[in-house]
Amino acid sequence: MKESIKHLTNHERKHPLDSYLRKGMIPHIWCPGCGNGVILNCFLQALKELHFNLDNLVVVSGIGCMGRISGYINADAFHTTHGRAIPFALGVKLAKPELKVVVFGGDGDLLAIGANHLIQAARRNIELTVILSNNFNYGMTGGQCGPTTPLNAVTTTSPYGNVEHPFNAVYLAAGSGATYVARWTAYHVRNLVDSIKKALLKKGFSFIEVISPCPEIYGRHTKHMNAVEMMKWLKQASIIQNKIDPIKAEITQNIIVVGEFVDKEKPEYTDLIWGKIGKVERTYHKE
Amino acid sequence: MKKPDVLTGEYFVQGNFALAEGAIAAGCRFYSAYPITPASSIAERMALRMPQVGGIFIQLEDEISSLMSVIGASWAGVKAMTATSGPGLSLMVESIGLAIMTETPCVIADMMRGGPSTGQPTKPSQQDVLQVRWAAHGDYEIITLAPYSVQEMFDLTIKAFNLAEKFRVPCFILADEIIAHTREKLVIPEPEKIKTVDRKKPKVPPEEYLPFKPDEDLVPPMSCFGEGYRFYATGLTHDESGHPDMSAKTQRELTSRLCEKIRKNKKEIITVEKYFLDDAETVIIAFGTPARAAKETVKIGREKGLKVGLLRLITVWPFPEEEVAKIVSEAKLIIVPEMNQGQIIREVKAASSTAPIISFPKVGEEPPTPNEILKIIEKNTS
Repeated sequence: MKESIKHLTNHERKHPLDSYLRKGMIPHIWCPGCGNGVILNCFLQALKELHFNLDNLVVVSGIGCMGRISGYINADAFHTTHGRAIPFALGVKLAKPELKVVVFGGDGDLLAIGANHLIQAARRNIELTVILSNNFNYGMTGGQCGPTTPLNAVTTTSPYGNVEHPFNAVYLAAGSGATYVARWTAYHVRNLVDSIKKALLKKGFSFIEVISPCPEIYGRHTKHMNAVEMMKWLKQASIIQNKIDPIKAEITQNIIVVGEFVDKEKPEYTDLIWGKIGKVERTYHKE
Repeated sequence: MKKPDVLTGEYFVQGNFALAEGAIAAGCRFYSAYPITPASSIAERMALRMPQVGGIFIQLEDEISSLMSVIGASWAGVKAMTATSGPGLSLMVESIGLAIMTETPCVIADMMRGGPSTGQPTKPSQQDVLQVRWAAHGDYEIITLAPYSVQEMFDLTIKAFNLAEKFRVPCFILADEIIAHTREKLVIPEPEKIKTVDRKKPKVPPEEYLPFKPDEDLVPPMSCFGEGYRFYATGLTHDESGHPDMSAKTQRELTSRLCEKIRKNKKEIITVEKYFLDDAETVIIAFGTPARAAKETVKIGREKGLKVGLLRLITVWPFPEEEVAKIVSEAKLIIVPEMNQGQIIREVKAASSTAPIISFPKVGEEPPTPNEILKIIEKNTS
């Protein structure tokens, strides 16, 4: 007897990472060619490879395109206000240290409106994993320039060319005290999965910058590249330089230095606080 | 032997000390703040006490992160609070909106000082009374309690936590520099005599749980991080599942519920003190520090044969409209002393229609005195 071939509709097709996605939230809101989907995919892959218990995970995000990522993950998730994901996450981590707390944000969220929280959390070396999607502009609001937009770049709010110097996010995070710092692009999926796994296991503040293509907005207004051209640009411009001093991890028109820059040990904030509480409790109740 | 968390006994202490001990007695185990006068001594007390009772004290980079960490801790299942004064409250405004929208139980104490801007850091005022009501953008109802003594700083802080937990709303303790720094008698009762309330937990398994589906009291049961419910919460307009929904219907239903869960439970939330009101022809309506003067005014006025009484607002928000309307309809004259240019008088006027209402604004460091209020009464009744 001839076996009939069953054609599956898109709705019926299963993705290997389906159980890591929140039901009812897909399709996502991101544009075709956006790097945020790659980051989500790599994050879920890292969880899968680590056999991570999703009941012990909290994902927190701020506002912007990347702000939506928390809603797509099948774990406890909170979508906070613009730039404020890190202090929210800090409260969660201190109150329940046994949870793994991960913060996602874009360059506007983490390096402009929320930059103070980023450097202060790195300084404290609290065990949070912060994943930055850097697309060099404010995508959701229509391509305005931001804290990582290159000098002279034309955006919708720098029509005569940007007059500001951009942040080097990995240098900022490392200088502020982060104990794990890496940068990859949306092209480097395997390296990114490995880095996320390391970050998730890090006892300390871990920071990963992902250069993310934004063909619909940054590509249209500034870079004059489509999705494929942007991905080729990331591939061609990237140079892997592991362990390089983050100050030298430059991003220019033709060069994007990627790699793992910092991986060191330092006393962790949650441990220090709870250690102090334990000590105070012991002496106070003995008096 | 383990020492008790509640320090039962009699004390002669500042209001800020009483507030901190009230929070601990209510079950608060997470305090996060940024130094600011006249709220700093709450932080100093909490820095000392929190580790003794196994709780977290942290000082963060600003008032924004302070309140955001409080919201995070509350979602991790811990009762949490912050305290500040005007400039810090202004920084917290956006986060207050997030706490309202995500129905986060938490307590915010505002020790009012003179403003606008940096104003008078070390002087009392009541200039934030409308700010705590309307700080965040959007439609909502809020709860605010106004202690007028050191004892009430303790008692009302416990009540603030209980209301915040029960109705899943940020609850304000609104006091001023005088109440914060005044020393007077505080009695901390036995722990078993202190009533505390905890948020409702879901009774359904995770696969059936809708994080923003309310019960009959319009309050949804709350799961917290790490309890296996894998919920999603957002500051975006959301449906009962917590998922963003930009429809007019969902926006209408959500904002209605955020208001109605408070409005429909006013009887439980609102408390006022009625002092010599039965036959009063002149009624003083006051809250906080000016109510101390007003009480004395009533005593002096009564000795002089004046039919004067006091309605003290212990709950300021939701505004006790019905209580005020009833009193206003029976009075010949209403006096509203407050340490601002006339803010709560707007609510009194809105709630009333008959008696003449006289504003008595007093701004600067000095609170109104009994005789000043008395003079207004005598001037307007003779």
